[in-house]
Amino acid sequence: MAKMTLEALRALREEKKSALNKRDVEGKTAQIVVGMGTCGIAAGAKGALDGFLAAIDEYKLDNVAVTQTGCMGLCYVEPTVEVIVEGMPNVIYGKVDAEVAKKIVKDHVMHKQMVSEHVFDRPAADIFNGGGK
Amino acid sequence: MALRNYILVCGGTGCESAGADSIYKNLISECELQGVADEVQIIKTGCFGFCEQGPIVKILPEDSFYVQVKPEDAKELVSEHIVKGREVARLLYNKNESKKHAKVEDIEFYQKQFRIVLRNCGFINPENIDEYVAREGYAALEKVLFEMTPDDVINELKVAGLRGRGGAGFPSWMKWNFTKQVEDDVKYVVCNADEGDPGAYMDRSTLEGDPHSILEAMTIAGYTCGASKGYIYIRAEYPLAIKRLEIAMGQAREYGLLGEDILGSGFGFDIEIRLGAGAFVCGEETALLASIEGERGMPRPRPPFPAVKGLWGRPTVINNVETWANIPVILLKGGEWFSKIGTDDSKGTKVFALTGKIRNSGLVEVPMGTTLREIIFDIGGGIANGREFKAVQTGGPSGGVITKEHLDTPIDYGSLTGLGSMMGSGGMIVMDEDDCIVDVTKFYLGFSVDESCGKCSPCRIGGRSLYNLLDKITKGDGEMEDIDKMKEIGAAMKKASLCGLGQTAPNPILSTLHYFEKEYLAHIKDKRCPAGKCKELISYNILADKCIGCTACARKCPVDAIIGERRQLHRIDPDLCIKCGVCLETCKFGAVFVR
Ligand SMILES: Cc1cc2nc3c(=O)[nH]c(=O)nc-3n(C[C@H](O)[C@H](O)[C@H](O)COP(=O)(O)O)c2cc1C
Repeated sequence: MAKMTLEALRALREEKKSALNKRDVEGKTAQIVVGMGTCGIAAGAKGALDGFLAAIDEYKLDNVAVTQTGCMGLCYVEPTVEVIVEGMPNVIYGKVDAEVAKKIVKDHVMHKQMVSEHVFDRPAADIFNGGGK
Repeated sequence: MALRNYILVCGGTGCESAGADSIYKNLISECELQGVADEVQIIKTGCFGFCEQGPIVKILPEDSFYVQVKPEDAKELVSEHIVKGREVARLLYNKNESKKHAKVEDIEFYQKQFRIVLRNCGFINPENIDEYVAREGYAALEKVLFEMTPDDVINELKVAGLRGRGGAGFPSWMKWNFTKQVEDDVKYVVCNADEGDPGAYMDRSTLEGDPHSILEAMTIAGYTCGASKGYIYIRAEYPLAIKRLEIAMGQAREYGLLGEDILGSGFGFDIEIRLGAGAFVCGEETALLASIEGERGMPRPRPPFPAVKGLWGRPTVINNVETWANIPVILLKGGEWFSKIGTDDSKGTKVFALTGKIRNSGLVEVPMGTTLREIIFDIGGGIANGREFKAVQTGGPSGGVITKEHLDTPIDYGSLTGLGSMMGSGGMIVMDEDDCIVDVTKFYLGFSVDESCGKCSPCRIGGRSLYNLLDKITKGDGEMEDIDKMKEIGAAMKKASLCGLGQTAPNPILSTLHYFEKEYLAHIKDKRCPAGKCKELISYNILADKCIGCTACARKCPVDAIIGERRQLHRIDPDLCIKCGVCLETCKFGAVFVR
């Protein structure tokens, strides 16, 4: 991309804003965001990530995007991931290893059932969206 | 099958013991009784924090947060909330309680946390500039470049009341203004990402989770103060943060948000990364600048302050990572908005790394003025393993401890200093009854002694002397006069040391002497360590009426110090015992104890 003008940056922001709000990554209906800060990685976030990719492969799902983010602040339950599925509240899962990852894909993404014992709370409301989510 | 509601029942240990399991079961049976079982999923979750308010039930998607729920409330929750769609007001957590320190009316929240610095951490993909842009990223830069004069920016920071988050709490607008006012055609902007306090990782997480916020803020400072070049000084021990910063800088350059003629404004700015080798003293601003210049990282006397005469003798604005991360939000939402958060003395929020004997360790961001009790018990879930809270250490090797009596003090720069500790960079280490105050203090002194650069003698010699006295006390050789000696040396170091390291290194001692004098006296006079930590002062023993002679401890003892026949009372030979504690861990009958 070439250097941007003010107008181009504003246009990009509007376009990406609606995409991010819907968490609509290239037309996928579900998104799994893995916390990949140093803490998450040290606690095994890579194993969780691989678990998600393997499960998505195994169940032949093509509507799920897997992306990464920084630390969510919940050090005591790393690795953490956020799961965003159309028609369901966004959920943060903690203590996710490859096995839990597979369960999340099967229960949460495919059958819209949350996975017990691993749900945690988003630590704070969003100052940009003016509310909890 | 689409579900209408999800009922989350907290399954943390606190809530479980207060009856969360019965609530869970009752909710299931009520949903069946009232015919909504197919529309609702009931889930047990991990700990929500807020353990003191438990058991906790949260219902999604409405985000209703119910506290102190009793098993018999299940019926009403289902009939009212699920069937009729009405919240059960009597059980709802009072949201105003959380808004107490953040008078920001448009956000409804039940959490005690309020995220300005960490707004994007754990939310966006830090390696994708588009996600940052989508979250109002670079909008503050736009506003500054095209709608604000440098004076407007400084005025906004002044209204905001932002103070430096690196420890000292100096008003940021003043620093920027000093640099702006000096006439010089070369000026610099520096980000202090050295973060060396034991137990602190706020800055690392911010850089890893939201690198663009720092780049944007530094560019804004460049425009405001008349600098076209910035440096980020970061320790080489933070490879992931460095990688994400490099990716972010590459993307920003590609978009023309760094480099010449940013967004066609005519203003140009670029940033370079400088790696530090991880010396604590290089976090001190003048030592840091020396290190960037390629010199040995040693402090020099101030004044002149870096704002006037800094990097290569040029005016230099230097701020901490967290300070930088606040800047874009302040300029977007306005200084007025920011100044409504916090206390009279300190505005905005503070990020703390909550560690130690705490149930839910983690990174928390709270409005200034939040009490320690709220942080430790509401957010952190209290002390792990049912132990008692003893003290919390803030300010790292420059700070001190805060005790139970002061848990309700609203936290800000002034209040912590008043208690003999300090805000520091935000490490918060919680201690319980098993932690020995003298031992912990010795750890901090040991750290400062190791990290002293040796340039000035008060710090080099004074620090070592303090450490030796503490060491003597923990070994049972302490004398009463040692206490006065420590106070005297500490006072001299505070006055005469060249930089903050030596000036604050005695703080852990002075603060613990003030609050825990009795514990020092136990070590010195009674030759006893009440917490059972100082090896030279404790002995392991076996209780005659509890020992059944199972031999488990004797088999585990690495030095064969435990004597006794099978089914006979065992005994520990104090001359052989190395006090490793394996017997205590091994005994299933509680027969081993420490004296
Ligand atoms: C021994 C010592 C270590 C320091 N370490 C750091 C550090 O790691 N990070 C930091 O931002 N400030 C550190 N400081 C404070 C800096 O000297 C300086 O005050 C700060 O970078 C100013 O930024 P602020 O106004 O945004 O807080 C340290 C100070 C001393 C005396």
